[in-house]
Amino acid sequence: MLSDVNLLGPELVLLVVGAFLLIADLFLKDRRLLMGIAAAALLGSILYSAILLTEGHMGSQGFGGVLVVDKFAVFFQILLAGAALAAVLVSTETLQRTPSRRGEYLALILFSTAGLQLLAGSRDLIMIFIALELTSISQYILVGFHKDRWSSEGGLKYLLTGAIASAVLLYGMVILLGLTGSTNLSEIAQYIAWQGEGKEEALILAATFLIAGFGFKAAVAPFQMWAPDAYTGAPTPIAAYLSVASKAAAFAILIRVFFEAFSDDLLADHWKTIFAVLATISMFVGNFFAIRQNNIKRMLAYSSVAQAGTLLIGLAAISADRSELLGASGILFYLAGYTVTNLAAFTVIVLVANQNGGSYDLKSYRGLGTRSPWLAIVLAFALISLIGLPPTAVFFGKIYLFETAVQSGLTWLAVVGAANTLISAAYYLRPVKAMFIDDAETEASDEVMVRPANSVIATMGLVTAGVLVIGLHPGLLINAAEAAVAAIFS
Amino acid sequence: MDPGFPVLSLLIFLPLLGVVLIALLPGKHTPTDWLVQNAPGNAVDYPKWIALGIALATLIISLVMFILFDRSAAGFQFVDEFDWISAEAVGFNVKYAFGVDGLSMPLVFLTAILSVVAVLVSWRVNLRTKEYFAWLLVLETSVLGVFTSLDLIMFFLFWELELVPMFLLISIWGSGNRNYSALKFVLYTVFGSAFMLVGFLALGVAADTFDIREIRHDAVAAAFLPAPAIFAFIMIAFAIKLPVVPVHTWLPDAHTDAPTAVSVLLAGVLLKMGGYGILRLLFTLMPDVGADADLALAIIGVVSIVYGAIVTIRQTDLKRLIAYSSVSHMGFVLLGVSALGVTGLSGAAMQLVTHGLITGMLFVMVGLVYDRTHTRQISDMSGLAHHIPLLGIGMVFAGLAGLGLPALAGFVAEITIFLGAFESQTAAVSVALTGVLLAAAYILWALQRTFFGPKDDNWAHLPDANHWSEFTIIAGLMALIVLLGVYPSVVMDLLEMGVEPIVESIETVVSAGAGGG
Repeated sequence: MLSDVNLLGPELVLLVVGAFLLIADLFLKDRRLLMGIAAAALLGSILYSAILLTEGHMGSQGFGGVLVVDKFAVFFQILLAGAALAAVLVSTETLQRTPSRRGEYLALILFSTAGLQLLAGSRDLIMIFIALELTSISQYILVGFHKDRWSSEGGLKYLLTGAIASAVLLYGMVILLGLTGSTNLSEIAQYIAWQGEGKEEALILAATFLIAGFGFKAAVAPFQMWAPDAYTGAPTPIAAYLSVASKAAAFAILIRVFFEAFSDDLLADHWKTIFAVLATISMFVGNFFAIRQNNIKRMLAYSSVAQAGTLLIGLAAISADRSELLGASGILFYLAGYTVTNLAAFTVIVLVANQNGGSYDLKSYRGLGTRSPWLAIVLAFALISLIGLPPTAVFFGKIYLFETAVQSGLTWLAVVGAANTLISAAYYLRPVKAMFIDDAETEASDEVMVRPANSVIATMGLVTAGVLVIGLHPGLLINAAEAAVAAIFS
Repeated sequence: MDPGFPVLSLLIFLPLLGVVLIALLPGKHTPTDWLVQNAPGNAVDYPKWIALGIALATLIISLVMFILFDRSAAGFQFVDEFDWISAEAVGFNVKYAFGVDGLSMPLVFLTAILSVVAVLVSWRVNLRTKEYFAWLLVLETSVLGVFTSLDLIMFFLFWELELVPMFLLISIWGSGNRNYSALKFVLYTVFGSAFMLVGFLALGVAADTFDIREIRHDAVAAAFLPAPAIFAFIMIAFAIKLPVVPVHTWLPDAHTDAPTAVSVLLAGVLLKMGGYGILRLLFTLMPDVGADADLALAIIGVVSIVYGAIVTIRQTDLKRLIAYSSVSHMGFVLLGVSALGVTGLSGAAMQLVTHGLITGMLFVMVGLVYDRTHTRQISDMSGLAHHIPLLGIGMVFAGLAGLGLPALAGFVAEITIFLGAFESQTAAVSVALTGVLLAAAYILWALQRTFFGPKDDNWAHLPDANHWSEFTIIAGLMALIVLLGVYPSVVMDLLEMGVEPIVESIETVVSAGAGGG
């Protein structure tokens, strides 16, 4: 039993420190100290995952097969804790605005991260549901954290649509339980292999419900309605966190469920169709709506919908041809590249909003290239990465995912994806144009330049370096992603 | 030729080093800095001297390579490679591989020359000079990378890398409707490269490698996509870049609104990436499909030649006129390719080189004239040769070269293409000949209306060419155009060497097809 607890280490660190922060808030008033504790907890979690990896715990199952610690789970644990760390470190402004609720804010980020990490290691439907609720409820509060009009609206929308998504997910799980008599992924897989014949319709119905539930978290169209409002209303670091961490964990569990439980040949063709259609819808919906946005957070919300569509290409590809690891490792690679890229973009957005009194309008980016050249260069670099131009992380992510599509015979999907790159260039270049080409409306001189906190600068430097390093030397991350997916597909 | 050290990597990344230097060294308005105080001219001068130094250094390196290039050895020389991404388990391997052969060597040299020209012609730019020269150098790196990459993914990487500098160069330093033109350029190119990427991936997956030297056309047959579809996908990108009718409409806009240096590079080397890609990738990797497509290519080529020339005649803006003439001239490339023989292909390759020099020079001259007159409307100008005779000489020279006057470079390329294509594409060549006639018409008519004709005293105050940078460009380009006109084999031999393997593989598949069927 103790060894089981050991396997839960990365999450436990976060939960315990999170609980401590809730209380510590009463007597610790120093913002830096509280942030430091939260950051230390996340670093501790990353370290714990690394220790589990090196000490040979890979593949161990805990708590009666409910949880597993494999390279796949560890990959995501580290990615998620890293994303949360970045979100914490850029939250200085948010914490200054809400002096009385600092502990709460940080604790909720830790709880939410623990929930997402659990999701990546879950092998049981009940565990999946609990993990998802742990993270969702924390996120509902975080989105509405500022309690102003937009924040509350975003939080409430997220809560209401999220409740429906949870209900739908639960229906799917209940149908699955009724059919197979088990909530364990491997037992479900066994049932489908032995007795699944003739029950395809019911299985597909259940799986569709699951896709809807997970797709909600990943902001896949048509389950994306919450994203624009939640991103706009949420404190910007939380928007950054939602856009990368939720998406990553949702894709982790999609890969796990569909290729541990539903990987039978009986059904694979249906998944291919479903994922390919969803990918197409997401890419087009996300990109077309993003073109019209003048608020950069809203634009990135729709962009994240489109990016979820691109990631689904990988899922469609593995469904089409499960002998290849390429699709799944492509998703992991792309997720990691997208995570650092989006975090870089959002860090700049946080800093720009701090400078100009909280404006996210594209107009406020005019002339940024002369006012703050470094911020403008980082944001431009992140946007270029999001388009998928070299030498950046997403450039290789796209090539990698499109190759999986071509390799598994879904060339049309690669064409759709590539065509969407074109549409996305039209809006990702708008802030670049505003920063470097349009003249500033207001003179730079009458703005008081606030010196950004060191933690924000450091985060910006790290994630930007991440985008560049992955773009120049993708081999390392590709190998890590391969090793991670080998844990599931072996 | 194995130099023993990575000379090609040095060549390609030297401009990026220049970018770092420009970024790190102080720009303008730092008079306290002794470096700047002691720099030639004033503080604003700094970036352009770095850019010139770097561009000259790349020119010297490429000149040395051009001289050392072994003209007796087939295949790629100066090869510089290592495994960049090797994900064996999933079959995703990308090589960092550069090399030049007879086909790419002259184009690399051309790029280096025109980069120097581009820096010199920008000597009077004084808006945000640090960024301007930095982006020019990034552009040089990306073009050099395209011409030397031996891996499809690397090729694609450099192909895409060129978009960012072009977008910013046109939209910040351009004129007229520059934002529209810049975005149009980017969207057209991204549209093409989206299809190109899918084509590359299909090729790579089928052949299990992205290395251009290792992909064999019989492997392509095993792809998920039929080979003609892959060919068409990749062709879309090259056709847009070249450009051919009807996907040429980005070109006049981009050219007209771009600053002079960018027009020079755009016409001189960026368009050549399309023609180079057709020869290097499409015909080398898929000679069988290429051989089947000869008639289609000839027709597209002839339509571009004639339609482009007719539209050119109607232009009222001098720069737009030159831009449209590029559409017509690039049609000759397709016509030469469609001949499928050594003569035709090397003529097409020669056209890439000569058009780069000639149209590069035409854009320089138009740019210099515009700097003085501040108008490009042909109807506003008259009798300019009276007031600016030196620029007049340069313009007339470039114009005559452009219309294919014998003893100048353009003639060699066009006559070779006609000779090569006459036998197999007689009808197409006959129609294309009208293009030559029309070229004489639009160039001579334009010259007559602007530089000759009645003397207009409004222009009496115009200063003639008076700066050393202007003399250098004009004299240098004139010398090169004459050299290639009277002694073409200095480049032609290399190009023939480069296209021979392509022609061999075409002949092999054609005879195999004839034998089998």
